[in-house]
Amino acid sequence: MKTLDFKRLRLIIILFTLGFSLLPLLVLGLTVKQRFSSAYQNALQGSLRTLVDSKRNAIDLFLTERLAQLSTLAGALTYEEATDPENLGRLFSQLQTTSRYYIDLGVIGMDGAHLAYAGPYQLGEMNYKNEEWFAKVVAKGVHVSDVFMGFRQYPHIIIAVLRREGNKSWIMRATIDSDIFESFVKRVQMGRKGDAFLVNEHLVLQTKPRFGGNIMEDMELPFRTEARFPGTRVQDLVVNHRHYLYAWTWLENKDWMLVIREDPEDELRPLFEAEYLIWWLLAGGVAVIIAGTVLVTNTMVRRLEHAEREKASLDANLTQSGKMAALGKMAAGVAHEINNPLAIIREQAGWIKDLMEEPEVQAIPQYKEIADSVHRIEHHVERAKNVTHRMLGFARRMEPVMQEVDVNKLLAETVQFLKTEALLRNIDIRMSLADPMPATHSDSNQLQQVFLNLIDNAIDAIGKNGELTLTTRYDASHNEIAAVFTDTGCGIPPDKLDKIFDPFFTTKKPGEGTGLGLSISFGIIEKLGGHINVTSTVGQGTTFTVIIPAS
Amino acid sequence: MEKARILVVDDEKDFNETVVKRLNRRGYQALTALSGPEALGILIQREFDVALLDIMMPGMDGIEVLREMKKRHPSMEVILLTGHASVESGVQGMSMGANAYLLKPVDFEELLAAITQAHERKLLGAVDA
Repeated sequence: MKTLDFKRLRLIIILFTLGFSLLPLLVLGLTVKQRFSSAYQNALQGSLRTLVDSKRNAIDLFLTERLAQLSTLAGALTYEEATDPENLGRLFSQLQTTSRYYIDLGVIGMDGAHLAYAGPYQLGEMNYKNEEWFAKVVAKGVHVSDVFMGFRQYPHIIIAVLRREGNKSWIMRATIDSDIFESFVKRVQMGRKGDAFLVNEHLVLQTKPRFGGNIMEDMELPFRTEARFPGTRVQDLVVNHRHYLYAWTWLENKDWMLVIREDPEDELRPLFEAEYLIWWLLAGGVAVIIAGTVLVTNTMVRRLEHAEREKASLDANLTQSGKMAALGKMAAGVAHEINNPLAIIREQAGWIKDLMEEPEVQAIPQYKEIADSVHRIEHHVERAKNVTHRMLGFARRMEPVMQEVDVNKLLAETVQFLKTEALLRNIDIRMSLADPMPATHSDSNQLQQVFLNLIDNAIDAIGKNGELTLTTRYDASHNEIAAVFTDTGCGIPPDKLDKIFDPFFTTKKPGEGTGLGLSISFGIIEKLGGHINVTSTVGQGTTFTVIIPAS
Repeated sequence: MEKARILVVDDEKDFNETVVKRLNRRGYQALTALSGPEALGILIQREFDVALLDIMMPGMDGIEVLREMKKRHPSMEVILLTGHASVESGVQGMSMGANAYLLKPVDFEELLAAITQAHERKLLGAVDA
């Protein structure tokens, strides 16, 4: 019979189960992580974009306000009023109350010389004719400069408006401390490595960044800056093996670009924590699934193995029973066919014997030879008869005569039959009988035949000098009685062990055994509702265990 | 006690005749019948104490013969002989009034003992009646 390879089966089941359960789990885990991460990044980028937009608007508003203030002021003043230093001084102090970032205020003629000046510096003698901003304001009427040091050696910007008053023109110029922009952008710096700064169109810094540069120095940016574009750009960039979130946008009223660099480490911490959590959960899930799969598979395979083993033993029993039935029929037929000629032979020999009582016959010289020959014929007919009768006994499907049987007593009685034989061969028969022993509802004669067979076999197996131990046991949990026959005989090799219950299987010499004893015993015990087990080790002995139900 | 009159019914001629020769040699009045009908025919003409009856016979088998014998000659004892240990037929035969059931090849002394026992029973039956 083909037996399943349970190790392989176990492996296959485990692998398949793990494959089918882990794959969706991993896909789910990775998808969740991906989705979560991208959603979080989007949220982060969105908030950065909002921040940049609001800061840009604030700076734009600031510049627009200052320009409007200055334009209004210039438009409201006549040349005379504007060039009056006292008047200008008063206006300047008023301006400073609205915004303290005004450093000074000047009115400059078209020749580049101060017409009036209000402020903390002594700049009255300065001439701006050759300054870049001067040319621009003359050309465009309005100008906001980049940050520069100028004559004061202090970073500032200039806002200038051109006032045309009839045929007269003059310029009103206000200086604004560029710290204002620092204060705008400083507030947005985020994270340990975050930064925010303004650059002009030539990438010259207009505010001092936290890292890598100073005001009015060239700034290197990790992204390509093209011409002006509307709106805000946000990008995740790697600088020095570190992820940063960059957002940049152009101001509306000035060719400056606001750049905010966010260090996402702090912002992303919840994301990382969530990721760790996902990994841990995943690992935990995988561990639980593996453990569960292995456990379930082991249990399942063990059950399967058990069932398979039971089935195999059942099959073996059925095969044995079938074999018995078929052989029983054949044995009965053969026995019958042989019994009739045997009967005739016996009667012929008997007739010869009868005739040999006649005096004439007794006078024949060969009388003794003939008598001897007839005697041998009778002897061997008897021998053949024993064989056929045992065959019939084997074939007989007689319903057992059931009665209460004391197995201990029966065994002790049976031993008596063979005691002399055992004594002659120096075989020590030891009895270890269970007490109390419940009775069994069985056929005492048949049971005795089985015991006799087993003891007889054991004595033959030992030959000379040995031990035969007879043990009876009562198993209350199964309500079974066991009679165990252990001999110290020659043992049965494993390849013959499964054949010993087959009819006509014998290890004895021809004429000494019919090979029917054990198969008859097997049939009897089966009919009595029990079974016979055998274990054997070559050279050490054999143990037969007869198990029958107790009543 | 007078020696029993025995009818041996068996289709095996060699067996039948030899048994009859041996019985006659021992002073019994034995006769052969090779089939059931022949035996029943003989029984119409003569009375026997004991019949040895083989169960397995072609044509009318031993059980049928037994039934007829018991019907017609209830006082005659019948010993069943068979080469087949068919328990059913044995039990059936005994329940139908057979005296004994012997398995071939039977030991002659055993057979004689069975005959004697059957004969005694027949005589006892006759006394009771």
